[in-house]
Amino acid sequence: MILGLDLSRSAVRVWQRNRDVFLRLWKTESWPPFLEAFITLVAFGFGMGAYVALGGEDYIVFLAPGLIAQSAFFGATFETTFGSFFRMDSQGTFDAILATPLSVEDIVVGEILWGATRGVISATALLVAVWIFGLTESPFAVGMIPVAFLAGMVFAAIGLCFTALAPSINAFNYFFSLYFTPSLFFGGVFFPLDRLPDWVRTLAWWIPMTHASNLSRSLNRGALGLDALVDLLYLLAATIAFGWIAITLMRRRLVN
Amino acid sequence: MRDESRPRDSRDPSHHGAEPDDLQPRTATHAGLDRHVVGYSQEVFSVQVGKPIVTAHRLTKRFGTFTAVDAIDFRVNAGECVAFLGPNGAGKSSTMRMIYCASPVTEGELYVDGLDVKREARQVKSLIGVVPQESNLDPDLTVRNNLLTYARYFDIPKKVAEQRADEALALFQLTEKAKASVDTLSGGMQRRLTIARALINRPRLIVLDEPTTGLDPQARHLVWTKLRQLKDAGATMLLTTHYMEEAARLADRVIIMDRGTILAEGTPAALVETYVGHSVLELRIDREENGPLVEELAGWGIDFEATDDAVYVFERNGNAPAPKSAVREALRRPATLEDVFLRLAGRSLQE
Repeated sequence: MILGLDLSRSAVRVWQRNRDVFLRLWKTESWPPFLEAFITLVAFGFGMGAYVALGGEDYIVFLAPGLIAQSAFFGATFETTFGSFFRMDSQGTFDAILATPLSVEDIVVGEILWGATRGVISATALLVAVWIFGLTESPFAVGMIPVAFLAGMVFAAIGLCFTALAPSINAFNYFFSLYFTPSLFFGGVFFPLDRLPDWVRTLAWWIPMTHASNLSRSLNRGALGLDALVDLLYLLAATIAFGWIAITLMRRRLVN
Repeated sequence: MRDESRPRDSRDPSHHGAEPDDLQPRTATHAGLDRHVVGYSQEVFSVQVGKPIVTAHRLTKRFGTFTAVDAIDFRVNAGECVAFLGPNGAGKSSTMRMIYCASPVTEGELYVDGLDVKREARQVKSLIGVVPQESNLDPDLTVRNNLLTYARYFDIPKKVAEQRADEALALFQLTEKAKASVDTLSGGMQRRLTIARALINRPRLIVLDEPTTGLDPQARHLVWTKLRQLKDAGATMLLTTHYMEEAARLADRVIIMDRGTILAEGTPAALVETYVGHSVLELRIDREENGPLVEELAGWGIDFEATDDAVYVFERNGNAPAPKSAVREALRRPATLEDVFLRLAGRSLQE
């Protein structure tokens, strides 16, 4: 019992279940997100990059670490929104698991760990492509993989909070308008945030995506200063906060 | 300890195949299945017969202001099959869900094998096998992997799980479907797989929430056969149903529930004898015309009930004489649990 939570290592069982399903379907499941990120990199990096000057840095070098963080965002988010919602709602998988010794906490933590794993898989695939293109600038770039996992936990937990609240699959429209799209455009992936109006910049600072892309960029440049530490602490705190909220909401949803 | 006093010993093959509705011809495969069941009886259901497995005292479940289960008391002993009988909304499923810790107890006490469900949910759940009302097999996994994945939730080592899964698939006639996707199974096969899944942890108690609802007659009879095999092997079972026939066929003891309370409890035969009698004489007649008949029967001092289109005469000591009043149609049939239920819960539709 931690903070009134009934957590156990059985959370791994939920992760294993999702892994088994993924390994069965990976040929159809894992390519589309990778290809999408890769196409974005080529199109924006080379296409738009030809018209953009960013204080001496090639636009594609600026963009690549942001896209790596964003592919973790996509991987984790889709897993714990549509993926978890189907498991919870139409398949009854969570109910089946709850009839075994596992608790709601175990399920939530297992789903978050799995969402983060999906984020790492997507981010790693793209990192390899970026490395082959010669766009990595420091050995610290490999640190983007653990960052993808940590940020993936935040993204997965936030997705799961919405899943616990969603009355039906249509409710995810709100999730995409209010959270997903702002994260996509104001999360520091496609352009630096420093020339935005102050109030937009303040809002953008609170978006988890911002810290994931900033931290990835710092690692790619090998520039690890106070900013990177703040990003790291933000992501750690957000993991705990959103993980706890997800557990609370999921308990309300599943236990009655 | 095995129950040696059990009248039907599963090791005696003469009892199997002699079942009136056992759909399977007696073949070598079937004899093989019997061996599996015997295997279960020795290693799985080795419990002290008569020891209480479930004890509920003033058990209550409320949803807001609605009371689904209203301070009920009951007990299920080891080796016993107890059926909760009642219409939809009687509180049967709520009671089951509290037992397998899917739903918190609002008030009262509930113990499973001596463990408090309120405080030791994990241990309680590790002792129970659950067959839920709605199928929640994992459509993303094959038939065999459904069993193996489920076993992993119980921390059962892989080798043991594989052995148990293959045994269970054989017992439930699903071996050929081991690699199939769950979606390709018929309703009856899915239900059998759900029961097989509930046995993977060698449970002390099997909870079945409406195990045959929605199945066609063939599939239902096969499920009954399998459940009787488990019962003969000494399993402790708790099931809910709104099929009187199911309760009569499977249960040692029936608990009749309605609107959150227990109306009656006993063996199927004793309930029928106590509340109805040995047979029922059904006299078809419209309510507008039943005046003389009702008057005549009342004069006999006999137990009867008049409804819109019939008068039911409950026969306790021999057959009632034929009434002199005009009757459109008369039918004498054995009394059933359904008569008990309708007498206790009333005939009007509860919605």
